[in-house]
Amino acid sequence: MAEPAPDVLQHSEDRKFTLKSGKKRWRPQWSAGMALIPAMTITIVCFYGFIIWTFVISLTRSRLLPVYKFTGFEQYIRLFANERWWTAMQNLAIHGFLFIGGCVVFGYFLAILIDRGVKAEGMFRTLFMLPLSMSFIVTGVIWQWVMNPGLGLQEAVRALGWTGFEFNWIVRPDRSIYTLAIAGIWQQVGLCMALFLAGLRNIDPNIWKASRVDGIPVWRVYLHIITPMMRTVFFTVFILMSAIVMKAFDLVVALTGGGPGFSSDLPARFVVDHILNRQELGLGAAGAFVLLCTVIAVISPYIYFELKKERGGRGH
Amino acid sequence: MRYNRWALYGLLCLAAIMIMAPVFIMISTSLKSMDEIRNGSIFTLPADPSFAAWSKAWFGDCTQTLGEKCGGLSSSFMTSVQIVIPALFLSVGLGAVTGYSLAVWKMKGANVMFAALLVGMFIPPQVTLYPLIIMIRELGIFGSIPGLILVHVIWGVAFTTMMFRNFFKTVPQDLLKAARIDGAGFWRLFWHVMLPLSLPILGVAMILQFTYIWNDFLLGLTFGGRSGQPMTVALNNLVGSQFGEKEYNVDMAATMLTALPTLAVYLLSGRLFVRGIAAGAVKG
Repeated sequence: MAEPAPDVLQHSEDRKFTLKSGKKRWRPQWSAGMALIPAMTITIVCFYGFIIWTFVISLTRSRLLPVYKFTGFEQYIRLFANERWWTAMQNLAIHGFLFIGGCVVFGYFLAILIDRGVKAEGMFRTLFMLPLSMSFIVTGVIWQWVMNPGLGLQEAVRALGWTGFEFNWIVRPDRSIYTLAIAGIWQQVGLCMALFLAGLRNIDPNIWKASRVDGIPVWRVYLHIITPMMRTVFFTVFILMSAIVMKAFDLVVALTGGGPGFSSDLPARFVVDHILNRQELGLGAAGAFVLLCTVIAVISPYIYFELKKERGGRGH
Repeated sequence: MRYNRWALYGLLCLAAIMIMAPVFIMISTSLKSMDEIRNGSIFTLPADPSFAAWSKAWFGDCTQTLGEKCGGLSSSFMTSVQIVIPALFLSVGLGAVTGYSLAVWKMKGANVMFAALLVGMFIPPQVTLYPLIIMIRELGIFGSIPGLILVHVIWGVAFTTMMFRNFFKTVPQDLLKAARIDGAGFWRLFWHVMLPLSLPILGVAMILQFTYIWNDFLLGLTFGGRSGQPMTVALNNLVGSQFGEKEYNVDMAATMLTALPTLAVYLLSGRLFVRGIAAGAVKG
């Protein structure tokens, strides 16, 4: 993020500007305040106000429409007794672990390869980041076709002569969740690569000179010197990927539809399904609120550091 | 050392092939006939490339369906265009003005508001979905293009504001002082000094917002209704609801058509996309 500049104009100076004419004038500060009204309304009403509203709905008996008959935390009790919800939460843990882990490992590896100084670097980077421009729906549909056991990868490999090859995870309840990670990593690995590459480019070149003088093998420099220096980049990547995982809705809809059964369901899909299709507004709102708490738990350290960095950078 | 170079390029090429393979399979499948798909493998090139599946995906199959709609993606393409263009300009414009106001005109609580907006970027859309439905319904624009535009502006403003605010913070204050002494007020400073300075960031914000809005699925699904179905929603319906035998070539052609606008923007914009994507990754 950009380094913030010091305050542009001091308040006292502003006053001098505007009061110089002696008469009461329209001050530019008022325009500035007016200009903030739309964004401020959106923030207060549509972000925070609506979160509170959803929380209130989650305390009611609402089914098809919101009814404000409060039942305490009954919806949360129902939610935590709901088997499908726990499947979705468990899937979130599995998918999150595989997806974030895969993106970090492959993204970092690709960044290191590119950082070794290759020709056609721009071409490789463009190719690796290409899936990022496509929607999760597109990604899901493509991978659904590739992993289709009838005519997809399984048949293609069998046709090459390996007749016992099996890759039917997408139709197997015990494996379908792993297909989500495959498609997700395919789409997001380029973003991780770009973030890691930016981090590697910030490393002091003298470290490389010193390690060459000492004759340390390249892989050890990366493992023992560079990687510890990249902690903040790893942290950022982890947070960004977690935010993507917890909102994951489109991909699961397009790739597996949450199936077979609910075997690859995710909390975000559970919530949308209960609010839009199942007339279980209260339960869906409770799920949404639990989802929000999970997001807050993961991202609050990140927000804290971002804001602290800002304050430190301003220097007073 | 020489072997190392070979290994390096070998690994990079392998990775590139693995990433491009699904895209290649999508394109090649879309150019095949169903017979060829059934009898061949996904890796083989189309023997007799034809755009029949593309035309079916775009125009629909008017011989099979009842009523006026043929089921093609062309109508939802137009819907997507009608949503993206106003939503793009409104969200980027609002973000530019808000970011400028927050960064340049030091007001009490500006930092608090910015922090509140920043946190808002992380909120999963599912959490505010139902209240938003009620609001849009009360405004009488549910299930219509204006409703979707408004929803996209609401969801995009945090990201665009962040981009512009962080950029405007880096503008040297001497420049601003000079403009103020020359008597430039709020809007003149914005139009004649700040906006021209921010052209690169404007480009980044436009490209990213275009990609996000075009690729959105949840908002389109929820707020689009029947008449405001954007392309991603139509694609998902097309793939999910074919009767009889699935036509994979039509599915893949439809997928390619949906992906093309954002792919084109990505390939043409190059580095601008890369610059913004990291900043905007937190957005769903």
